[in-house]
Amino acid sequence: MNQPAENQQPARPGLWLPVWTLAERELIRFLRQRTRVIGALGQPLLFWILFGAGLRNSFQAPAWSEVLGRELTYQEYFFPGVAVLIVLFTAIFSTISIIEDRKEGFLQGVLVSPISRLALVLGKLTGGMLLSLIQAGIFLALAPWMGISIGPVQFVLIFGFLALLAFTLTALGFVMAWPLDSTQGYHALMSMLLMPMWLLSGAFFPGGETGWLSWVMRLNPLTYGIAALRRLLYWDHELPTSIGLPSLGTSILVTVVFAAVCIGLSVVLASRQSSRNAR
Amino acid sequence: MSASAPAISVQDVRFAYGERQALNGLTFDVKDGEIFGLLGPNGGGKSTLFRILSTLLPLQQGAAQVGGFDLASQQAMVRQILGVTFQSPSLDRKLTVQENLKHQGHLYGLRGADLQSRIGLGLERLGVADRRRELVSKLSGGLQRRVEIAKSLLHRPRLLLLDEPSTGLDPGARIELWKYLRELRQEMALTIVVTTHLLDEAEDCDRLGILHEGQMVALDTPDALRSSVGGDCLTIRSREPERLAVDITAQFGVTVHRVGDQLRIEREGGHDLLRDVVSQFGTAITSVTLGKPTLEDVFVQRTGKQFW
Repeated sequence: MNQPAENQQPARPGLWLPVWTLAERELIRFLRQRTRVIGALGQPLLFWILFGAGLRNSFQAPAWSEVLGRELTYQEYFFPGVAVLIVLFTAIFSTISIIEDRKEGFLQGVLVSPISRLALVLGKLTGGMLLSLIQAGIFLALAPWMGISIGPVQFVLIFGFLALLAFTLTALGFVMAWPLDSTQGYHALMSMLLMPMWLLSGAFFPGGETGWLSWVMRLNPLTYGIAALRRLLYWDHELPTSIGLPSLGTSILVTVVFAAVCIGLSVVLASRQSSRNAR
Repeated sequence: MSASAPAISVQDVRFAYGERQALNGLTFDVKDGEIFGLLGPNGGGKSTLFRILSTLLPLQQGAAQVGGFDLASQQAMVRQILGVTFQSPSLDRKLTVQENLKHQGHLYGLRGADLQSRIGLGLERLGVADRRRELVSKLSGGLQRRVEIAKSLLHRPRLLLLDEPSTGLDPGARIELWKYLRELRQEMALTIVVTTHLLDEAEDCDRLGILHEGQMVALDTPDALRSSVGGDCLTIRSREPERLAVDITAQFGVTVHRVGDQLRIEREGGHDLLRDVVSQFGTAITSVTLGKPTLEDVFVQRTGKQFW
């Protein structure tokens, strides 16, 4: 018979081992579900090709594009917006699985384990972030065809920022998914909140500098995410600042604050003991 | 903590879901090394108690210690010494058996060769070692339950909580499962707490607490509980239970309990009474059974309600 002595002080799980193991699980699950790969990468790509072709002639390039010294096509304008859409879709797909994990029972096993709730949240966000980087990375490889050249420093900066943005959007998805019991509820939030947020961020069309739309853009945290990515893509050009295109410093600052708020809320939500967690 | 300290101690625990009171002041101890059963019909409060003990629900009122650690203030320690097997499997069905156990080990701070050997031993012990590379979704319900148990034992907990472990298992698999549980208790010096609404399953426990409407209405070994009812148990069904009860009491001077459309009489020498009742009131009776008291009789006697 085992003496319980060796069981008296079990190993503490720490922070990073649980974070990594939960993230790894996300990656494995993703790769085993082919439809998810198609959904997160395929749909934005299709949008880009179809809208790019359809809106080519009616598109009016924003004033800042003069700095580029060449004509800005809609396809090129839309390029960073599609990269962010890929990140957004990946974040949605990763966090919708919280609802499934709760339904199927996996989550309750994690909740009774001794890991901290911060580790639980970071595991989810790291998984979503890595999936976003892989898919957005594949898309960004098309940049040279748009006439956008990406140097090594720029490459590191772009991926660093995309990682931050992916973390933020996955955390936003976490906050939305955690209290929900059904994926239908999540779809409603997605079309009423997340998609409009993306549409009104300067991703899809340049906003005017006046009127109510300009205020929506100013208050939309994703506007700053799109702006930072756009500025990093045109690293060699000094783009003028406008409402739809705030400065790089402001954009990164707003994104960091937004990330901190979403991650904080996620941890607070996950720390609450509730009858919903039990099945 | 001394060896004789209780594995779980619960003092005046109350819990309410909003307005609905689910637990009404529970106080009991689970002894170190026993298989303790929480028996009760659905809605009796056993699942709520299970969730509180497994740290999924907060302790609203009262106090509890698990493995000597305070449930309210030392949650992290409680989680480390506790193994939990849920009614609905907490396995990821899209992962293999091996992958599920690996992630579980990581959540408990286990890694490397130690983790690998524990996975091997655990699967071996529960007889599922040959299925380790298969997706969980490919396994039968009985095998999944075994993997679930192997998963919850991976970090060698001192205490194993199982919620309705036989749900969805065929009788053969259920007998197997209990064989494993008894072996595990021996090998790992484990205390096991099982919730169940199945009377046969409750018979397998060392001690049994019967929960009804959030209260512990009885707590003892299954044998002691049954003998507390005393003698034989006569159950009579009738179309007119009200009148028959009055008639039998008047004729034989025995206490008759009415439970739904059934009449129950507990007394020594039940077969004599059976003969007399049938010859006297045969036409008013639709069916009659005589038997030694069962746990169901215990429940009926303590609560005045039918178990089902």
